[in-house]
Amino acid sequence: MSYTTPRPAPGPHPRPGEHPDTSAPVLRLVGLTRVHGTGATEVNALQGVNLDVFPGELVAVMGPSGSGKSTLLSLAGGLDMPTSGQVIVEGTDITAVNRKVLAAMRRRAIGYVFQDYNLVPALTAVENIALPRELDGVSARKARVEAKAALAEMRLEELADRFPDEMSGGQQQRVAIARALVGDRRLVLADEPTGALDSETGESVLALLRSRCDGGAAGILVTHEPRFAAWADRVVFLRDGTVVDQTVRSGAESLLSNQVADR
Amino acid sequence: MSIRHGLLALLEEGPRYGSQLRSEFESRTGATWPLNVGQVYTTLSRLERDGMVAQEGPDGAGHPLYAITDGGRDELASWFRTPVDRANPPRDELAIKLAMAVGAPGVDIREVIQAQRHHTLQAMQDYTRLKARALEPPPESRDEVAWLLVLEQLIFQTEAEARWLDHCEARLVRLSLLPKAQGDDRRATPTATPAPTATPAPTATPAPTAKPASTAAHAPADAPAAAVHAADKPPSAS
Repeated sequence: MSYTTPRPAPGPHPRPGEHPDTSAPVLRLVGLTRVHGTGATEVNALQGVNLDVFPGELVAVMGPSGSGKSTLLSLAGGLDMPTSGQVIVEGTDITAVNRKVLAAMRRRAIGYVFQDYNLVPALTAVENIALPRELDGVSARKARVEAKAALAEMRLEELADRFPDEMSGGQQQRVAIARALVGDRRLVLADEPTGALDSETGESVLALLRSRCDGGAAGILVTHEPRFAAWADRVVFLRDGTVVDQTVRSGAESLLSNQVADR
Repeated sequence: MSIRHGLLALLEEGPRYGSQLRSEFESRTGATWPLNVGQVYTTLSRLERDGMVAQEGPDGAGHPLYAITDGGRDELASWFRTPVDRANPPRDELAIKLAMAVGAPGVDIREVIQAQRHHTLQAMQDYTRLKARALEPPPESRDEVAWLLVLEQLIFQTEAEARWLDHCEARLVRLSLLPKAQGDDRRATPTATPAPTATPAPTATPAPTAKPASTAAHAPADAPAAAVHAADKPPSAS
């Protein structure tokens, strides 16, 4: 049977431009351009990229290596500054603020998840999660309570007092996601978060990221694995620093309702 | 053939009537392969002709019931034992399309690949959402488990297709049938190939000429391939 046959016919979607959440985007990239080098060696790592990510939305970014995926994520997280364009996080253009404000934005508004987890080895899971809050001036006790709540919400309580080397890769990555979204933070930028995990564990990490976005967070996932990108609401394809294509949200609901209607 | 054996498998659980078989077949496969009642009755009459099912009297509501015969049980058992034949792979329209697109005048094969990638990823997104739903709460009934397995088959199938598409693009770049991505040039020797213009590749690129790369001596053709191939890691061990 050909690949088209088993797929139930799509319903009345997609609905380009329409978004389930009408509130303001958590992240807006506006005309984002990043040029490395000058003259003959000049490379446009990113050119004029526009992207809005809304609460509740997980956006996957795919593209060959060198297409600008990592540059996009670094710029979105304030780890790098664009040559031109804006990065607006929760209404603030982080390219136009001073270092102090930027650092505060990164602590309060932006969570990063890396391929290699990046937990502090000398701290337990709960301390790792509490750390950004404490750095932000929240009392140690309050930060700890919040961290425990974050773990409980993800059904990870049993990891609270473990050190990173006492956890599996998948567990560490789940703790890293909890850390990325602790407190008021609701933007999570994940750079190949499943890169070091086997595919089953990778799936469970993606399921967690998905559920955090369903719970109101906004996420960008950089990956080269189609099966992980498939957890996203939208898949953005980059090539040569530009968005060449993107899938729009379509409703799996329609597939089910077709079946029901067919009965 | 699958409908025939699917019906036999359902009848093995006890006598059934036509529309009952149809709905059970669909709930087991999540209505991925919808059947109409006509197909079910046509198949049943062929099975009856071949001595694999026999009609029993009507049930309480007057539906004519069919039951599996010993011949049908043998056929079913042999179906389960026999692997699905891969000797004659089914014709794959996509493979044919890409084969025809290589070097075809006026065809931007990269656009062909991207259009398919878009479609395939979107299908994967749908299947993945359905899968997430099928797992929460975990499936219990036989039908729910069967539906999950069918869904996961669709995900594996589309994943293979998406990976193959990525591979095709990387392969064509490596063979210099497609312009390299600009980011990769950064790593190659800048003198070897003229820097691509800043215009995005998909629309600006004319159809690739069928001229093969100036062969193996052409070192830079290999260097960027390694970079492109980061997108082409072997499947994770599973």
